[in-house]
Amino acid sequence: MQDIGLKSKNLSVFYGEKQAVKDISLDFAARQVTALIGPSGCGKSTFLRSLNRMNDLIPGAKITGEVWIGDQNILNPKTDVVLLRQKIGMVWQRPNPFHKSIYENIAFGPRYHGIRDKRKLDELVEQSLRKAALWEETKDRLHKSALALSGGQQQRLCIARSIAVKPDIILMDEPASALDPVSTAKIEELIAELKQEYCIIIVTHNMHQAARVSDRTAFFLMGELVEFDKTDKMFTNPANQQTSDYISGRFG
Amino acid sequence: MKARTVDKIATGIIMAVAGFIILLLAGFLAYIIVRGFGHISYDFLTSPPQTFREGGGIGPQLFNSLFLLVLTMMITIPLGLGAGIYMSEYAKPGRLTDFIRLTVEVLSSFPSIVVGLFGLLVFVNVFGFGFSLFSGALALTVFNLPLMVRITEQGLRSVPREQKEASLALGISKWKTITSVMLPMAVPVILTGTILASGRVFGEAAALLFTAGMSSPRLDFGNWNPLDPTSPLNPFRPAETLAVHIWKINSEGIAPDARDIAAGASAVLVMTVLAFNLIARWLGRLVYRKFTSSR
Repeated sequence: MQDIGLKSKNLSVFYGEKQAVKDISLDFAARQVTALIGPSGCGKSTFLRSLNRMNDLIPGAKITGEVWIGDQNILNPKTDVVLLRQKIGMVWQRPNPFHKSIYENIAFGPRYHGIRDKRKLDELVEQSLRKAALWEETKDRLHKSALALSGGQQQRLCIARSIAVKPDIILMDEPASALDPVSTAKIEELIAELKQEYCIIIVTHNMHQAARVSDRTAFFLMGELVEFDKTDKMFTNPANQQTSDYISGRFG
Repeated sequence: MKARTVDKIATGIIMAVAGFIILLLAGFLAYIIVRGFGHISYDFLTSPPQTFREGGGIGPQLFNSLFLLVLTMMITIPLGLGAGIYMSEYAKPGRLTDFIRLTVEVLSSFPSIVVGLFGLLVFVNVFGFGFSLFSGALALTVFNLPLMVRITEQGLRSVPREQKEASLALGISKWKTITSVMLPMAVPVILTGTILASGRVFGEAAALLFTAGMSSPRLDFGNWNPLDPTSPLNPFRPAETLAVHIWKINSEGIAPDARDIAAGASAVLVMTVLAFNLIARWLGRLVYRKFTSSR
């Protein structure tokens, strides 16, 4: 278990002329959950996607600033982005398991990174599924299609898939917003479990969720960071009027 | 009230047009098969053609058509997949990419006789491949490449972005992402394109007249050494395909049963294309299931 967190320094993102994220510096500690909240279009998802350079895929997107993981600057053009992404797992809004079997969904990454031994892979698959609280439900149908799982199960599979490659950090982009309340509760439990090992950064629209799962909260507005503090303090006694208005539901 | 009437009329017209097309197709198929079916026999399918006497078959031609199909696809599929992957995943949007796309479109609208003449000039004469299956396969590649490229590109673009991102986020390289995640999902689309391309290979005559030639040397079906001139597997021998043979006996056949042979050969051609379609679809589903382990 490593104590690796993530740090952004003066991070800005442009889509063509438009600046979507403005000069954001944030520290994400290891073994903590940080929630990014804010109204739609405030740049929180864009910010999140910059942290593992997923925005490289979008034509016209330009990122400036620095993102440090350990002693490596992610945004340095010389950084090997493929290797880097192994250290940063990601979970999307809608579950997106590969169109493969449950087993293959998990084994795909580790096998690519050099684990060929069948027994080791089996072990890793079981371990990852257990960590994602999915083992009991899937152990009898590991080689069936992942698409036959329910939405909540698929999302937990996606989490299992990302922890199978042993990341230090997990990015979650509204991981429960497409799920029913029961599945949502399971995902939240899982997040609480996972933070003992990983640095988790979660984008959410759900204030209650942010309050429940996170240690720290960052409030974004119009591409700017308005406030960043311990979650307890943000939700009980925010320093900024806008934060207070947003959290109490007066806008957004 | 009025909008509903218009809706009903429009629905009616669309149904009528669809019905007409289906009827046309069914009638066409039925005509060809009914006319030619009686002439098809094991002997007809396996024996060589006769120039003056009755009872000639289409054995070598049928084999040539199938072999040319395989040969063409061996060239077209790798090139088409490669170019399609480039266009969809690597090419940056811009003038050059647009130009390449335009070129590909223009290539696909060339009349086949022009492609045939081009093949005669370039493959047969300049490159010195002579009238041969190989020249024919190259000429047909000129035709099929645009289709293959476009279909591959479409297939890859139809893969949801999250699938690609999920793979990249695991620290998997772009190439591995394309081959292991995206291509398997694109198989059904790409397969449809391949079938269409194959249908064209089977039915094409004009482009082959000047490239694969209009005659078959005496073939020895016991000789499978691809370097021997009498071997059916030799790609550098001239080869008359089924479609070319139909054209030839229809226009200059002097055997007394030329009409029947043409009808029988047409029926065989149509049925082979149909069978090929069905088998390819079945195979594609199998491949898709194997890759995606869905049932």
